[in-house]
Amino acid sequence: MNPSELRGIVIATLQGIAPEVEAARLRDDLPLRRQVDLDSMDWLNFLLGLNKALGVEIPEKDYARLTTLAALLDYLQHKLSERSAS
Amino acid sequence: MIDFKLPSLGADMDEGVLLEWKVKPGDTVKKGQVVCVVDTAKAAIDVESWQEGTVAELLAQPGDKMPVGTVMMRLLAPGEAATPKVGAGGIEHVPPGAASPRKVGAGGIEHVPPGAASPRKVGAGGTAPLAAERRRISPAAKKRAAELGVDIDQLVGSGPQGAVTLEDVEKAAAQQPATGAQPAADRTREMRQAIAAAMSHSKREIPHYYVSEDIPLARMLAWLEETNAQRPMIDRLLPAAALLKAVARALADYPELNGHYRDGAYQPAKAVHLGVAIALREGGLIAPAILDAQAKPLTKLMQELADLVRRARAGSMRSSELSAATVTVTNLGDQGSHGVFGVITPPQVALVGFGRIAERPWAENGGLKVLPVVTASLSADHRVSDGHRGALFLRSLADWLQQPEELAR
Repeated sequence: MNPSELRGIVIATLQGIAPEVEAARLRDDLPLRRQVDLDSMDWLNFLLGLNKALGVEIPEKDYARLTTLAALLDYLQHKLSERSAS
Repeated sequence: MIDFKLPSLGADMDEGVLLEWKVKPGDTVKKGQVVCVVDTAKAAIDVESWQEGTVAELLAQPGDKMPVGTVMMRLLAPGEAATPKVGAGGIEHVPPGAASPRKVGAGGIEHVPPGAASPRKVGAGGTAPLAAERRRISPAAKKRAAELGVDIDQLVGSGPQGAVTLEDVEKAAAQQPATGAQPAADRTREMRQAIAAAMSHSKREIPHYYVSEDIPLARMLAWLEETNAQRPMIDRLLPAAALLKAVARALADYPELNGHYRDGAYQPAKAVHLGVAIALREGGLIAPAILDAQAKPLTKLMQELADLVRRARAGSMRSSELSAATVTVTNLGDQGSHGVFGVITPPQVALVGFGRIAERPWAENGGLKVLPVVTASLSADHRVSDGHRGALFLRSLADWLQQPEELAR
């Protein structure tokens, strides 16, 4: 999957939880949950949505790394390439 | 003959607009069956019947605005014979275009003439109520259509049996000229007014007192982490569910905090129907209840919480969920502030608040360490309890939160 496809899926999943999100206004380098008002239930649903769309397991211990959109995209890309390599 | 009345839909919802009937004369109604959908300032609500019977006549019509307690339909009790005047023909009907609102029966139903109602009540400008009644559409899609000013009768449904889905509605809204802002603004204003009315009533009538307690959560969070690591993502537990469960368990020993104060008398409740304050994306909040929360294992409570949040945001709730709460919990969550002292929702007598779970310095046995801590608060009604008991309740809550295995049951 190329980065822009992945980004599209992530944004669409996010908009499924928070319909008010405008893709163009999201900053990759700022904490996602500051920019988009996501409570813990929204966050879990967002990750469940990504799990369903991408087939990637996201353990809780990795949450701390997933602060910005850039970090999340990196993380997912890595997980996807890990899977295709195995 | 049984009078079916519009049930209470919570403290801040004292009237509603009938969107559609789910039953017709001659239908048998079971306990708990959804008989109609009613729109309120906060959401479209599936209204259930708590009586069994056969529908004799429908008194209210789609588009009608009525206060809680209005007789909406009459049911024949099981075994009761139909009287001759019963039947569809016997229903009084206001002709479309009739200018003055009129009353029908004992209830004080306000018949809003089609066309006079705001678009979100009966679909864009003068949708025939009967056509709306036949349309297959979920409450969520219907509510969205109303918000966006989409006329559902003009839509081609892509769902099962031609049902109009949320997606159909949003697609249609995207294609129409930008007029959607007004109804959404109306909704926001109405919701703000409804909250203002209920909260002013609360602060006027209820002598609130407040107590708070910092509760260490290291054990609880470690247990959750360990438990979640062994579960698939879909079964993951959130700290929020554990906090709710602990409140429900602790309340068992404090009946003066769980119940209703009505007409000058307090009535403690047997079960804990836990109202959960849920923030809505467009602003405002709604507090539907998780029924019998004290008796539900943590996993089940978590599933119900997730379902409730999803449905609250989609605007698809049941009347029983909105009127049943015996106590309310407000949880600011991990994006929230340190603590919260809430306003009690009448006729309840207590509200439990949780701030953000955060690492804080914690002094214990002469030493200092850093632990995850949450500030829990209690707002309670001085007519029913005192600060001393309130403080003991919070200590009990703290104890429950140190026993995750016990809470999970």
